[in-house]
Amino acid sequence: MPSFVIREKCDGCKGQDKTACMYICPNDLMLLDKEMMKAYNQEPEQCWECYNCVKICPQQAIEVRTYADFAPLGASTIPMRGTDSIMWTIKFRNGVIKRFKFPIRLVPEGSVDPYAGKPEPNYDDIKKPGLFTQTADQVLVK
Amino acid sequence: MEKEVNNFQFVEKPEVVEIDADILIIGGGMSGCGTAFEAARWANPKGLKVVMFDKAAIDRSGSVAMGLSAINTYIGENDVQDYVRYVRSDLMGIIREDLVWDLGRIVDDSVQLFEEWGLPIWKKGDDGFSLDGFQARDAGKPLLKDGGVPVRSGKWQIMINGESYKAIVAEAAKKALETNRVATGMDQNLYERVFTTRLLLDANEPNRVAGAIAFSVRENKVYVARANSVLIATGGAVNVFRPRSVGEGIGRTWFGVWNAGSGYAMGTQAGAELTLMENRFVPMRFKDGYGPVGAWFLFFKAKATNALGEDYCVTHAAEIKEMYAPYDEPMGTALRNHAAMLDMKAGKGPIYMHTDVAMQELAKTMDPKRIKHLEAEAWEDFLDMSISQAGLWAADDVEPDKVKSEIMPSEPYLLGSHAGCAGFWVSGPGDIPGTPAEWSWGYNRMSTVNGLFMAGDNVGASGHKFSSGSHAEGRAAGKAMVAWCLDHPDYKPTIKESVDELVAEMYAPRELYEKYHNYTTAPQNVDINPHYIGPRMLQFRLMKIMDEYVGGVSTWYTTSKTMLDEGLKKLAVLKEDAQRMAAKDLHELLRCWENYHRIWAAEAHARHIYFREETRYPGYYYRGDYPKINDAEWKCFNNSKYDPATGEWVNFKRDYVQLVD
Repeated sequence: MPSFVIREKCDGCKGQDKTACMYICPNDLMLLDKEMMKAYNQEPEQCWECYNCVKICPQQAIEVRTYADFAPLGASTIPMRGTDSIMWTIKFRNGVIKRFKFPIRLVPEGSVDPYAGKPEPNYDDIKKPGLFTQTADQVLVK
Repeated sequence: MEKEVNNFQFVEKPEVVEIDADILIIGGGMSGCGTAFEAARWANPKGLKVVMFDKAAIDRSGSVAMGLSAINTYIGENDVQDYVRYVRSDLMGIIREDLVWDLGRIVDDSVQLFEEWGLPIWKKGDDGFSLDGFQARDAGKPLLKDGGVPVRSGKWQIMINGESYKAIVAEAAKKALETNRVATGMDQNLYERVFTTRLLLDANEPNRVAGAIAFSVRENKVYVARANSVLIATGGAVNVFRPRSVGEGIGRTWFGVWNAGSGYAMGTQAGAELTLMENRFVPMRFKDGYGPVGAWFLFFKAKATNALGEDYCVTHAAEIKEMYAPYDEPMGTALRNHAAMLDMKAGKGPIYMHTDVAMQELAKTMDPKRIKHLEAEAWEDFLDMSISQAGLWAADDVEPDKVKSEIMPSEPYLLGSHAGCAGFWVSGPGDIPGTPAEWSWGYNRMSTVNGLFMAGDNVGASGHKFSSGSHAEGRAAGKAMVAWCLDHPDYKPTIKESVDELVAEMYAPRELYEKYHNYTTAPQNVDINPHYIGPRMLQFRLMKIMDEYVGGVSTWYTTSKTMLDEGLKKLAVLKEDAQRMAAKDLHELLRCWENYHRIWAAEAHARHIYFREETRYPGYYYRGDYPKINDAEWKCFNNSKYDPATGEWVNFKRDYVQLVD
């Protein structure tokens, strides 16, 4: 599937107009059922298993059941994404468990200052090759 | 079937929001984020408005939405001209060397920015082993820009901890857009969940883009943007061919499943010249999960063989030389696929990647702590960019250090950023020595339509950009768009078509659905009705035509003139039927137009394969009627142009010129 939502855990992002999973899904798959106040994956066969809904869900209500047309049942791959790293727990069908932790970013989210310390654009160079952060020396063909 | 006109009898007319922009960016993936960053810097002091449309949320949109475990283009200590040689060789001899060279000299700047913005990049430790982003920081290793030494998994690739790669790049782009919004006093300049269906041409100036029309996938709203310049920064085309998995696994494409060929469709319809649209990419990946093999080959030094343990690239070397020399040295991605396929057809499959042998070999020289680190590196390769593959290994009880794994050539994909080069014919930078004068018309990455720029997957004949190159190319285009706007300060876009008609066309699938869905007893989730075709079946029909007639997996990627004749006929009828697409809601409206775009991308692909009477890319596709490479007649670009005024679509040759020896 693809990602699926566990009924007991989903709180519909507490009655907001759109849920976190709806906000993030790159393929517009997650939908809030306003009567149930719970989200669901409306088109499982268009799911890339990118896990963005799984990672963003504040209730940890979303998991993935790997594509049933080729994957045997019984395994799971579950992330816990923190502010600077991600922890993965992989459970094999035969019960083997593996855990991995990887860095995800070295600068806190929200603190990127894109133009800090960068040169002002020089409009004399606008038709020349290269980018505003580069010097002519870096790009001119020697 | 009779054409229906949407008079909004059955569905509410959407609100129309008008937007004025100088620079309109369609697509917020790596390329579009690069454009936003570069263009805003040049645009802010001049008061030029930069606006972006993205059909998703830019934090996680585009092909890098899941993350990546490597950046495949970082020149670093290498020579840019060697990069050109490598790209040319992997793409069977025909590329725009000016574009590739230009990319090679700017790409590192983007990679170094990513690191400044917080992307963890592996560094080489003092003992020669790799350090992840945390370990490198804690060991005081310098940033790339200060001379830090990355961990190379190949000559051009560097390893990263890339789970948040796109979120990091998007943060910088969003902030850049915000500086522009403030500088120009706009209320809003980032529109997420807004899907662009077509470009708008100027009423007064021929061959001039004037804007684009888009709709919200969340509310009943249509956006009409008038713009001095427009950038197509959408992705390639996925699920144009029937995939190997046809159940749920249809979503587990190798390239982002949401890549609908929108750029190819919209640019073509506007009259922009295409190049090498016959090119496609068929990645050989871990079977079904499509997990990456690059790090396994290059970093872990794993070998792939047939089931008998034979290296198919060696056993078929003589035969390949006879058919395809001189392109067999070195043997690029296409020909390695070809060699594997020869064995698969001969019943010598499955093809295996010997991960177990490679891991055991590496472990011989390592202590247990290092072996554990190595195992984590192997899993991270999947968990950063193809999590399904980790899930599939767990489901299949595959521990890569203990058992080998099957690899398999996938269904075909159309793209211009990865190891493929389908896209538009654009202006180069103009300063690369030996460039023909007609390869540059003043504005880098501008298409043959005035004011219409391209980046990433949409720039043809210039593959192997990957994520970093797409960002850098978006930047080059963004800078050129500012130059274009400064040179055309008095331009006032006048849209050729009537906005009312455009909106009616866009919402026609909604109207059709509401008008007819009660004709049958079928509930909403059951799609059967003689009056229309839903987006899902539209996609299945396209994928079946492409698979069977245009060289998909069911014919082992083989087609011919006679097969294409039939396929093109069926595509023409499908395009007609697309006028009866129906959508039960805005989500399906998105799917309808995505699939309509897919049909155009598919047709371009078929027409280009038709014109090129040789097999230029064995291992990607075969012309059964012209099975060899024919350099005498076909070492040239295969370009085409659709005329929006007449509906005529013509292919023609353009000379290939070698710039690097």
